[in-house]
Amino acid sequence: MTGILGRKLGMTQVFDEKGNVIPVTVVEAGPCQVVQVKTVETDGYEAVQIGFDEIKKEKKVNKPMKGHFRKAGTPPYRVLREFPMKELNVGDVITVERFQKGDRVHVSGISKGKGFQGVMKRHGYGGGPGSHGSMFNRAPGSIGASAFPSRVWKNKGMPGRMGNVRVTVRNLTVVDVKPEQNLLLIKGAIPGPSGGYIEVRKDD
Amino acid sequence: MDAIRAVEEQYKREVPEFNIGDTVRVHVRVVEGDKERIQPFEGVVIARKGSGIKETFMVRKVSYGIGVERIFPVHSPVIEKLEVIRHGDVRRAKLYYLRHKKGKAAKVKEKDMFQKKQ
Repeated sequence: MTGILGRKLGMTQVFDEKGNVIPVTVVEAGPCQVVQVKTVETDGYEAVQIGFDEIKKEKKVNKPMKGHFRKAGTPPYRVLREFPMKELNVGDVITVERFQKGDRVHVSGISKGKGFQGVMKRHGYGGGPGSHGSMFNRAPGSIGASAFPSRVWKNKGMPGRMGNVRVTVRNLTVVDVKPEQNLLLIKGAIPGPSGGYIEVRKDD
Repeated sequence: MDAIRAVEEQYKREVPEFNIGDTVRVHVRVVEGDKERIQPFEGVVIARKGSGIKETFMVRKVSYGIGVERIFPVHSPVIEKLEVIRHGDVRRAKLYYLRHKKGKAAKVKEKDMFQKKQ
């Protein structure tokens, strides 16, 4: 697996060779530095921890994290994530050059928070008729039967907080890679607001 | 935002300046089977929408008595060439009113390009 951290910049569109319009999300990905290498002997599993978005002001880093970055000999980073990548050492830099046009990638991020939402928006319930004297509009309706089970099933969709959770969109196509600007153009939409941190992964 | 503009800039093509009301001839690449040919589409630009790479324009012509409108992205590679045939003198940004006009009333006045602006 190849993984990189990045920031969603926003969406636009580009043309392919045939002149078709392709919707793309522009992602500023990397350069990410390896901060820690986890091994079976010391941690019980193999992974590398990579950092993205350097912290320029020293006072923004707390003491435990300062120690962590001092040990690695790298500048402090705002985002640290682990990926099961091999053959990397502390200090190595991961750039978008590891990705190519046409690659299939998975993108994870924290989705936009939607606040407290009803069942129609949150769970896709049908709701009731809008007119003809109907007074049942957006309510959930019955949430269970009486004799059996005589209680509400677990995981019954109810109103509540929506969004602001980790979401992964799989199998997106890399439309273009721009190594000079550390940019990836990924086809379609990806989770989170513009400016939000995201992970881009590729299966080998 | 700036990064996105920069990306859009790389996909933009050189397009001659044209305005709403202008009569243009759009040379469109048409792929039929495995053959490619150029098909001209001539008409009046009745609208321009969007900005940057997303900008589109609408061309209207009357073909055998039937109004035909096509929307092209300004920077689309499907457009082989764009010729401005005449400049129209119009006072509106959207010429949708032409749809209800027939014959002479559906004409756009030609702009006098050498006339000084008042």
